[in-house]
Amino acid sequence: MTASNQSSRAAPAGGTRDGRRDVIVRWAVISLLLTWLALPIVPLLIWSFSFRWFFPDVLPADYSLRAWQYVFSPTSGVLQSLRDTLLISGGATLLSVIIGVPAGRALGQYVFRGKSIVELLILAPIIVPGIAVALGIHVLFIRYGLANTLFGVMLVHLIPTLPYMVLVMSGVFANYDTSYEAQARTLGAGPIRAFWYVTLPAILPGIVVGGLFAFLVSWAQYILTLLIGGGRVVTLPLLLFNFATAGRNDITGAISMLYIIPGVVILLLSARYLTGNASAVGGLGRL
Amino acid sequence: MTRLNLHKLTKRYRGKTEPALDDLSLEVESGSLTALLGPSGCGKTTTMKLIAGLLEPTLGDILFDGRSILGVAPERRGAVMVFQNYLLFPYMTVAENVGFGLKMRRVDRATIDRRVAEMLELVRLPGLEDRRPKELSGGQQQRVALARALIVLPKLLLLDEPLSNLDAHLRFEMRDLIRDIQRQMGITTVFVTHDQEEAVVLADKVALIFDGRLQQYDAPTAFYETPVTRRIAAFFGGVNFFQGRRNRKQFDCAIGTFSAPRSAIADQPGILSIRPEDVRLAEAGAANSVAGRIHSHVYVGTHTRLRVSVSGGHEVCVVTDAEVMKTHKPGDPVTLRFPEEKLWVLPPDALVEPTAAHREDTRFGVTKTKGCR
Repeated sequence: MTASNQSSRAAPAGGTRDGRRDVIVRWAVISLLLTWLALPIVPLLIWSFSFRWFFPDVLPADYSLRAWQYVFSPTSGVLQSLRDTLLISGGATLLSVIIGVPAGRALGQYVFRGKSIVELLILAPIIVPGIAVALGIHVLFIRYGLANTLFGVMLVHLIPTLPYMVLVMSGVFANYDTSYEAQARTLGAGPIRAFWYVTLPAILPGIVVGGLFAFLVSWAQYILTLLIGGGRVVTLPLLLFNFATAGRNDITGAISMLYIIPGVVILLLSARYLTGNASAVGGLGRL
Repeated sequence: MTRLNLHKLTKRYRGKTEPALDDLSLEVESGSLTALLGPSGCGKTTTMKLIAGLLEPTLGDILFDGRSILGVAPERRGAVMVFQNYLLFPYMTVAENVGFGLKMRRVDRATIDRRVAEMLELVRLPGLEDRRPKELSGGQQQRVALARALIVLPKLLLLDEPLSNLDAHLRFEMRDLIRDIQRQMGITTVFVTHDQEEAVVLADKVALIFDGRLQQYDAPTAFYETPVTRRIAAFFGGVNFFQGRRNRKQFDCAIGTFSAPRSAIADQPGILSIRPEDVRLAEAGAANSVAGRIHSHVYVGTHTRLRVSVSGGHEVCVVTDAEVMKTHKPGDPVTLRFPEEKLWVLPPDALVEPTAAHREDTRFGVTKTKGCR
């Protein structure tokens, strides 16, 4: 073996050592994160299958499907609640997109008088406690027959969801060149088709990210639902809270599992939009 | 084939005191290639956007074949604009980009495919249908953008700085391509440029715009031979300007007396101008000549540029044969002849233009056109 040959081998060897350390660090971080995120869920999962589980024991004394049977029985109302929650959050997300895209466009593209005030007002619901806002709105909702209805709850969820949507979209539009639309117009596309064929594909990642935030924020609402729904509209968080305070840990665990699923599914579906797309999440830098 | 008329077109942007475009009237003949020329910020691109319908004029009218198209949405005007940065839709393939206009016109799929192939052939990019815009070079992107515009057979083709983003050899290729296709298809074309050489080489007619106002609308040669103002002459590379006055058949100015050209008005002050390439070296005592001394010379391969000091501390710039380099040295005395037919008298500055912007443009013109300095 010549010297040059040895030295040329040394370099990759050093690289491998660094590479190995990187892999270790990476896995350590991932495991920590997974533990942090998943560990609290494990007891809930076990609870959902437990029959009797007494204090000092690490695992339940008996297992059963009692809680799951209850959850899936038509009389318990859990499935109906799941359906309502999906409807409310889905609807709130859709409305957020419909309102948030034009609003974000206005904020991201145009300079106008009072723009900073508008931006502040859009952020206000995140800063001001929702309950304060909801108490004021409640009076109006009663007058217009929106209180205690699914649609009313959906509307009131816009208070916390819209800021996220608008912020994400204003970030997206700040980086979007509307000349593309102008180009499409001169080529013969009307305003709607110019938006559909040219702008929409460009801003889709932002809509997905903003919509994801909106959905999850709505999915987690408790106080607003309780106030405006008046106990008639029972979403999963309300149901969960009931069973948790009643001490039915097994049912709480089972509902929790149902409650987690949509978030995880949505996150996985939209993962490709979340990773490496700085412009889509850029607007959140303003939070 | 469409004739374009701009009638007293004015555009004021909100919050701006000066209009971006001021009372511009222009007739572009059917099937011609016209350049809107001017320094950046002079209102050229605004004019294009007004024609395309992307902006609304404050005052005035735009007519296609004598019919006003104000209030007609951009997608119905049939005026297609090709932007300076091409704006190929990044989420579509080359074929989808080129076919976009036909798809918007609800043309059937098979026809679109056939026409796309034809158009790519026309811009000499056959077989690139399935590429993505970002896989193409700048020149290729430009040609795709051109194909995308031409496929709809527009009434009017608007090109915004079509050559400015290309490197030197691509410019020539593209220039010829645009010229050829425009002739072949006979589409009335208006293009915007800040480069007077580009305008002269490509256009049938040039509209020169300064500060939102039309200065001169003429055939390219007129800007060299019969510019209307000193500022225009300077923009096109004129550097020899001498204040003077016509006195019967003579024109008296700071560096001497010459036979008065027809453009000089009797007993009126004016500026005598002659292009550097029109000045001739002559024997001492020749008619219409002035004596001087070579101040400096620069050899540029195909010709030599001289700066000649003449009486009164003035300087005349001369562009002459490359050979002169070998026979003349700085400090040598020379006689410069100003051929009578090449002399041109401009109105004095004070009568025409405000001066601040003027000086800047003069400098711009000189540096751009390889003047003597």
